[in-house]
Amino acid sequence: MNNGIHPFANLLAAVARGISGVQVQWAGCEPDERQRIYFANHSSHLDFIVLWSALPPEIRARTRPIAAKDYWEETPLRRYLTQNVFRAVLLDRGAQARPKHPEEPHFVGRHLIDEMVGALGTENSLIFFPEGTRGSGEKMGPFRSGLYHLALKRPDVELVPAYLENLNRILPKGEFVPVPMLSLLTFGKPLRVEQGEAKETFLERAREAVAGLRRIGAA
Amino acid sequence: MFQALHDAKLVWLFGGVLFLLLVSTVIGKILKSRHRADASRTTIENLNARIRAWWKMCAIFAAAILIGRVGSLILFGIISFLAMREYITLVPTRRSDHRTLFWSFFVIMPLQYYLIGIQWYGLFAIMIPVAACIFIPPSMAVAGDTEHFLERASKLQFGIMVCVYSLSYAPALLLLKIPGFEGHDARLLLYLVIVDQMSDVLQYVWGKLIGKSKIAWRVSPNKTWEGFVGGVLSATALGTALWWATPFTPLQSAGMSLIICIVGFSGGLVMSAIKRDIGIKDFGVVIEGHGGILDRIDSLCFAAPIFFHLVRYYFVP
Repeated sequence: MNNGIHPFANLLAAVARGISGVQVQWAGCEPDERQRIYFANHSSHLDFIVLWSALPPEIRARTRPIAAKDYWEETPLRRYLTQNVFRAVLLDRGAQARPKHPEEPHFVGRHLIDEMVGALGTENSLIFFPEGTRGSGEKMGPFRSGLYHLALKRPDVELVPAYLENLNRILPKGEFVPVPMLSLLTFGKPLRVEQGEAKETFLERAREAVAGLRRIGAA
Repeated sequence: MFQALHDAKLVWLFGGVLFLLLVSTVIGKILKSRHRADASRTTIENLNARIRAWWKMCAIFAAAILIGRVGSLILFGIISFLAMREYITLVPTRRSDHRTLFWSFFVIMPLQYYLIGIQWYGLFAIMIPVAACIFIPPSMAVAGDTEHFLERASKLQFGIMVCVYSLSYAPALLLLKIPGFEGHDARLLLYLVIVDQMSDVLQYVWGKLIGKSKIAWRVSPNKTWEGFVGGVLSATALGTALWWATPFTPLQSAGMSLIICIVGFSGGLVMSAIKRDIGIKDFGVVIEGHGGILDRIDSLCFAAPIFFHLVRYYFVP
């Protein structure tokens, strides 16, 4: 074990970097050992591993992904990958997370927030996909509220937006074999919840911070 | 392995390349120290970056030739892979093309180089233009997405023809059996690469020195008639002077070089047109960090198959 990183994790990260030919740009901040929540658009299984592998090793060792329990506990391989290899924080987005009121479509249970706060601890960082599920890659879905609640509970943790480009073409949802293409990963400027900022306003701002990092096809 | 070292003429060819690199490095250094603060500085920095890249490319190429035929096949296989990856990144594909792309990358491409490896000329020459090009459209049709169908199928066919099929003709030179030239085929590959790449370089140099009238301004603002004529003529002269390393007479070598240069130029022009069409501004980001393999080999992709078939027609009984 190197820095507490599972050897498989390093191997998979190297493979993912090779397949995705990813070019990383720190546009709004520099790699830093402080506690952070990296949040990005989600369109491929490669998203997490590519983002994770783009971090320097000492930061990588303390950065954990947030993953959906219902999906990642389904098969032994997925369980092994999330629990042993990547030390993922598994959250149940199933029954408890269903909207209780139609006007609150993205309600996330309080205990889920507590679990994430617990996972952050005093030295960990998290990788988080606020859309909650993989999209087609063409347009980002709305952000779930977890990011907002988490930010309120831990205002000391930096929220770093990131945009992953082209990974949906390399390994789209529903496919098992990747096709090699070049991809881009851009980290943006950290943001925080402003004094008294409403949930919807913040989530929209966070979503725009991610979308604004898009490089191909952007004006 | 290392048979190449026993071929004195091959060693001379490499010595010549090394000499050229040294000379250009010295010139680059002199230019840099002379023009410290004026407007030509970016051009000179770009020139020096290019020279550094040439050192690396030559070292890799020399290593491949030293290893022998397998080395060249692996090298060109990797180049094909990188070029195809670049091309597919730039060309818009749709979600439904995924399976077809997978086949192209992981079956058709390795198979092409494998066929050269086992020296099966008959199949190597038709596998992609016949089999793969007939396979691609139905494979996309099965995916059930009709949007821009003809466009998507043609773009993939074109990409695989240029990045894989055409380029694979360069290492395929090693399987030509030319009477009286057995065992020296690595020289033929080196000859093609030197003339083709020097034609690019000399066109750049002549263009920078005296270039004025643009050939096709919209396609490539850097291509001028002065650069083209000067580059082609001087690269042809160089190719002619290298006749001793080939199975050609000096006159034949001049003809071959001229054809390599002109066809190579047309390849560069076509790939520039494609990049402008796709919108180079957006994709510049992608290519910048990755060196733009396709930019480097576009001329070779066009020149290699023509050169191969000319040699095969006239020199292989």
